[in-house]
Amino acid sequence: MLFTSYEFLGFLLVVFIMYYLLPGRAQWSFLLIASYAFYFMADPRYLIFIAITTVSTYLAAKAISDKKQSFDIWFKEHKKEMEKEERKAAKAKEHANEKKIFLCCLLFNLGILAVTKYTNFTISNINSIIGAFGNQGTLSFVDLIIPMGISFYTFQSMGYLIDVYNGKFEAQKNPFKFALFVSFFPQLVQGPISRYADLSQTLFEEHRFDWKTVSFGLERIMWGFFKKLVIADRILVAVQAIIASPDTYNGFYAFAGAMFYALELYADFTGGIDITIGVAETMGIKVTENFRRPYFSKNIKEYWNRWHITMGTWFTDYIFYPISASQFMMKLSKKSRARLGNNLGKRVPVYLSSFIVWFTTGIWHGASWNFIVWGLGNFVVIMISQELEPFYRWFHSKVKVDGTFGWKLFQIIRTVLIMSSLRMFDCYRDVPLTFKMFGSIFTKSSLSQLNADAFISMGLESYDYAVVFIGMLVLVAVSLVQRSGSVREKIAAKAAPVRFIAWYGLFMATLIFGAYGIGYSASQFIYNQF
Amino acid sequence: MNELIEILSDLHPEVDFTTAKDLVTGGILDSFDIVSLISEINEEFDVTISAAELTPENFASAETIYALIKAKLDDED
Amino acid sequence: MKKLLAIILTIFIAVAGLAFATKLLEPKYMSGVLEGAMIEEYYDDPTDHNVVFIGDCELYENVSPVYLWENFGINSYIRGSAQQLIWQSYYLAEETIKKEHPDIIVFNVLSMKYNEPQKEAYNRMTIDGMKWSSSKIGSINASMTEEEHFIDYVFPLLRYHRRWSDLDSDDLTYLGHRDKITFNGYYMRVDVKPAENIPEGKPLADYQFGSNAYTYLDKLTKLCKDNDVQLILVKAPTLYPYWYSQWEEQIVDYAAANDLPYINFLDLQDEMGIDWNEDTYDGGLHLNLAGAEKMSQYFGKVLSEEFKVPDRRGEAELDSYWKLVSDRYNAEIERQNTNLKLYGTVHGPEENQ
Repeated sequence: MLFTSYEFLGFLLVVFIMYYLLPGRAQWSFLLIASYAFYFMADPRYLIFIAITTVSTYLAAKAISDKKQSFDIWFKEHKKEMEKEERKAAKAKEHANEKKIFLCCLLFNLGILAVTKYTNFTISNINSIIGAFGNQGTLSFVDLIIPMGISFYTFQSMGYLIDVYNGKFEAQKNPFKFALFVSFFPQLVQGPISRYADLSQTLFEEHRFDWKTVSFGLERIMWGFFKKLVIADRILVAVQAIIASPDTYNGFYAFAGAMFYALELYADFTGGIDITIGVAETMGIKVTENFRRPYFSKNIKEYWNRWHITMGTWFTDYIFYPISASQFMMKLSKKSRARLGNNLGKRVPVYLSSFIVWFTTGIWHGASWNFIVWGLGNFVVIMISQELEPFYRWFHSKVKVDGTFGWKLFQIIRTVLIMSSLRMFDCYRDVPLTFKMFGSIFTKSSLSQLNADAFISMGLESYDYAVVFIGMLVLVAVSLVQRSGSVREKIAAKAAPVRFIAWYGLFMATLIFGAYGIGYSASQFIYNQF
Repeated sequence: MNELIEILSDLHPEVDFTTAKDLVTGGILDSFDIVSLISEINEEFDVTISAAELTPENFASAETIYALIKAKLDDED
Repeated sequence: MKKLLAIILTIFIAVAGLAFATKLLEPKYMSGVLEGAMIEEYYDDPTDHNVVFIGDCELYENVSPVYLWENFGINSYIRGSAQQLIWQSYYLAEETIKKEHPDIIVFNVLSMKYNEPQKEAYNRMTIDGMKWSSSKIGSINASMTEEEHFIDYVFPLLRYHRRWSDLDSDDLTYLGHRDKITFNGYYMRVDVKPAENIPEGKPLADYQFGSNAYTYLDKLTKLCKDNDVQLILVKAPTLYPYWYSQWEEQIVDYAAANDLPYINFLDLQDEMGIDWNEDTYDGGLHLNLAGAEKMSQYFGKVLSEEFKVPDRRGEAELDSYWKLVSDRYNAEIERQNTNLKLYGTVHGPEENQ
């Protein structure tokens, strides 16, 4: 069920009404039923996968949590009887036991993710290796289903498991409550990747109908639809045309395509998240923000703190930190310092951990070399900017531009250009073509390419571009206003006619200028497949 | 404590770590800094800080970081 | 109290805005493609017709109710629309019978060849003009292609919002009303384009009419029987689309089995005096005015003599109504002939055909 389908809107309406008609105690149970119904409507077979992940994670986390508790009680009682060494041994033994359960569950679930998402990618790579040795590709592809949102709910569940294992909080005792945490339907398809500690605050609570909460939620949903329908789905046509004919659209067009894609992806992804957060909000549930005006970032590192935040922090907390804080890394750090000197040696663990994180981030986005190269591209850029930091410090000590508007603008434009260039891997068929198209920006761009007819031939009329452009101005304006606080709060503080014009205007603009309905292929949210 | 301040100042010479609070939430220390930090601490104090302990609360200020190191050291005695 | 007033006012403005946007953006069909405006016209006219023709272009371009009135006193109407599918004809018949109960319904059997919903655009042209009733709902549900949604019919803005970039002066002119574009359902063309090289029908894999089409023919037959309305099946005399003999057999059999009159005008071309060099405007697909009047002459005679349709000339109300239609009819003949002389086409230069 696409967010932009009548079915979804109908589903939402029914869920919303039922939710507030039910007694508060029943609300979360009803949400679980609704979430499973949502998943069932997508494909009944998906239910098996999410159920397996839910049950295995629930049981493992509960077992670990129970063991921790009983050990703590036992330890308190027997602490005094034991020598220091004995105490250490007891703790280590307990830890090892927990670790077994933890690793079993973790590997099992990541295994499901790997098999469903990466089997065919592996096969195709094996085939090309075989092919390189002169044989024909012999392995045939397997017809596997990829359950909707599997990357998101697996990561969410594993984050929970790791937190329980680390003793951050006790495991959820109620299996159904845990099932709701894993399957909560607004965020099932495209995230955000919620943390149990955050989402559980409001997910299981009783929620009375509160006009302000509900209207704020609806406003957020409308804003999401505006971004998605008016901007993303319209410019999508040109993006697809450019990608589909790299021979025709190279040089400046490839650049334009990368820029259009930056806009499309932003409007599509943040719009989808707006809908998710808005839907949850109408039911009084707080879902973590996933974006903080990412295109205003001054550098790539900052960009990744502001774009798809929940994914970034997931990778930092659950992959980057564990790897870089591991015994192995500590030893490696010592060794490399000894061999390479302090300055260079201390970089080794950070770089190695980052490399692994970005490789994983790449492959998490999609089972293809494009995404792997994209991930590693990010790694390279971040490392270069890390290494350039002393240079920048020196530069700023000499030239006083830091903090000026012009310099900030330069930084922002630089970030957008670098990110858009990297994202070309996301667009083109394979890695060599991407490099070729990127190269063509510098070798084949010419002024003659700047003609309106060429852009019209991409399937959009001049008025479509006008709508996209105006939509973009609205986005920028809203982002600028947002810097000093919630736009919805600001509008809510205005007089009734102003509020009415703002929201009714947004509603009508989406209804009339939205690229939906017959004639437009209902494009899936870009993040659906991940 | 002084050794710790020195390590921190190495990372960010422009910050006064004796007074600075909210190092993580305030955006002074990013994930790279934290990872460099724990390997420096490992080197200097010979304590291992685990991934689970890498929370914004533990790394909020020089004091909290020092408290963490101290707890580790005490635990080992 | 003040708050309540504010809420009511807000809702009123919101709904009015939506209604205005809908009215503005829905297609007007007042120039170019006129066929979309036909179904809606029916509701403005006095009812009480003795004969109602229901079907596709093989009726609305081939029979002239004005001629039937002037020469036989037959009070008739054509509820025609482009590519009207049989389930749409059925629901139009259902609605017509509820509204006015005619003596005779004439149905053109060409649409038996379609067993499934065809094109969204034609669905809209047939259905949008209908007033809301159980018949309209039935017609929508029977007609929707896979890409369509019922809600698009309830709120046409959802379907037509993309016309914002096509808006022209017509959309403002016809915001609240429409001009009449037919003459009791008849779509007039006076120009001539002889029929040459009419292709033989290509052999088909299967000549059997679909079961869905038959279901609706059965329903139509039953509807008319139950309501004591005489159903007449006809096949228009036009040469194309090709009418296969296998199809003919099936209709002949069906008519016999259900005790229905069936007239195939293809076999009566000579009796009617149709001249394919003179009586068609598009090479044999449709008749022009001359052809339609010839067919009306023949059909009118059949209706009067065999089916005893009364001559109602002399009823004051009808006389004055038909006088108006007839005047428009003659004016339109005049207009088309003038345009033909001046521009070589029946359309004036202002019409964007």
